[in-house]
Amino acid sequence: MAHLRILGAGPGATIQDGGRFGYRRYGVTPAGPMDWVAFRTANLALGNAADAAAVEIGPGGLELIVEADAPVSLAFCGGGFAWFRGGQLVGAAARLCLAPGEILAARPGVAGIFTYLAVAGGLRTPIELGSRATYARAGMGGLNGGLLRAGDDLPLEASTGPCADDAMIVAPWLRPDPDAALRVVLGPQDDYFDPGARDLFFSAPFRVVAGDRMAYRLDGPPVAHSRGYNIVSDGVALGAIQIAGDKKPLVLMADHPPTGGYPKLGHVARADIGRLAQLRPGRACRFAEVGAETARRALQRLEDEIATTTNFCRPLRRQVALAGVATPDRTAWSAAGNRHPR
Amino acid sequence: MPTAPRFLPAGESALVVEFGAAIDAALNDKVHAFDRALAQAAIPGIIEAVPTYRSLMIHFDPRVLATDALIARLRRLEMAPEAVAPARHWLIPACYEPPHAEDLAEVSAALNLAPERVVALHAGATYRIYMFGFAPGYVFLGGLPPELAISRRPKPRPPVPQGALLIAGGQALIANRPMPTGWYNLGATPALLFDPRRMPPVAVDLGDRISFVPVDGATFATLRQAAADGAPAIRQKA
Repeated sequence: MAHLRILGAGPGATIQDGGRFGYRRYGVTPAGPMDWVAFRTANLALGNAADAAAVEIGPGGLELIVEADAPVSLAFCGGGFAWFRGGQLVGAAARLCLAPGEILAARPGVAGIFTYLAVAGGLRTPIELGSRATYARAGMGGLNGGLLRAGDDLPLEASTGPCADDAMIVAPWLRPDPDAALRVVLGPQDDYFDPGARDLFFSAPFRVVAGDRMAYRLDGPPVAHSRGYNIVSDGVALGAIQIAGDKKPLVLMADHPPTGGYPKLGHVARADIGRLAQLRPGRACRFAEVGAETARRALQRLEDEIATTTNFCRPLRRQVALAGVATPDRTAWSAAGNRHPR
Repeated sequence: MPTAPRFLPAGESALVVEFGAAIDAALNDKVHAFDRALAQAAIPGIIEAVPTYRSLMIHFDPRVLATDALIARLRRLEMAPEAVAPARHWLIPACYEPPHAEDLAEVSAALNLAPERVVALHAGATYRIYMFGFAPGYVFLGGLPPELAISRRPKPRPPVPQGALLIAGGQALIANRPMPTGWYNLGATPALLFDPRRMPPVAVDLGDRISFVPVDGATFATLRQAAADGAPAIRQKA
């Protein structure tokens, strides 16, 4: 069967689709892409459904070879990675028709954490509880519930029709203003903080200090509680800004637990969650308060822009050949990633 | 409804319907009743709801529903009286010996109770299942003896093992998957309560009762192997 064989995978490469819904009450998080904007763009560049299963590639990069009888159409974007086709730099975002035996590699660039590789027709990995999304902490979805590693085969749809032309992906939403504040809707436990603490949160700069698919830890001035930090557990949504006893914000991301017991000052707007996901440790961010309706309209505008812009794939007239760019050294980063257990 | 719940936004895509702030059976019944009424109403745009001790989180598609419109619709929700299946009482094996009781000494010191007393209190109570959530198969319980009330850790500790029995903030829970947590680990059950091949995937139900039956380390190992092979390690009280 046609597949992509992983030759090397750094830490954090998983299969994701739109997410696993309907099981949060049983403790099963939706998972899904960290940066839904880039994920969706890669799928739409191929004419896929917006939530088709694709590869989410983390900071360790990935290298794969096409093992199929016919050419395969792929698209990648997000996170400012450097993509190489057979050792030649292609760019950060493109749609390519790859012949059987061709090798494609992603290496981290100067910014960003996640890039997405979509394939025409979507990946055909097994469906668990209605989704292909990997939820590695629970060993669910993806390939055997785990991170991708060398030797894995990602099954493709048997026949996807003619290969699309090679094209660059040029989309303004993939290059958002890095200094724009992340929009936040207050609640549900904003009343656990006094007005001074809330004002501080919305005026001070914060810095990402660590992160994974579950949560990003931020550092900044202490955000003090007015009534302690134990609440009786209640629901948690994507983007929740949880403030525990250390008074530091923890923003819950795609693999967040469905419930939690720390006060949540607010939620990062869905329109901005991908932008936060791409902030590397050390990068600064600010927050701006908006109402739920403003956040809803912002999301709608962004989704509409992505869905209705038809010309974000620009024909690739000539192969970009850059003298002096080293070919990817697979050994250095594939070795590190392969140790990660399923 | 006798008392109106609070409607609290959780971003533009979720809403908390909060009935109170305590762990209380009557309050929890209201959450479950609202959850059932919501499912009956089949409001377009609602993706799913998550019942917790004292609130219901509703996840919705913000392209179909706006927060204000959802709140207006929920205020008109018909709370039909509905027959509920009688609660069952489950006996769940629990091992409080090393290496399963990772934080027993810490809890014992913090609460100024002998370790044996901590175990006797935890194993002697009858709990009610208030909610699942947090991670697959996590079962949140009310009924923890007040002597075992301990604050959450200020920062999460490293992952607890599968089946860990945890306490914090006046709550008790069974952690069915290894996860980092701000709670304290008193022991572990060999039972495996979550199976995605089963529908629903959790063996016990909201509102059911639970008691723990202490077992030694050897019995734990035997029962865990049996559970991994598909045998239920839990049974209903006669």
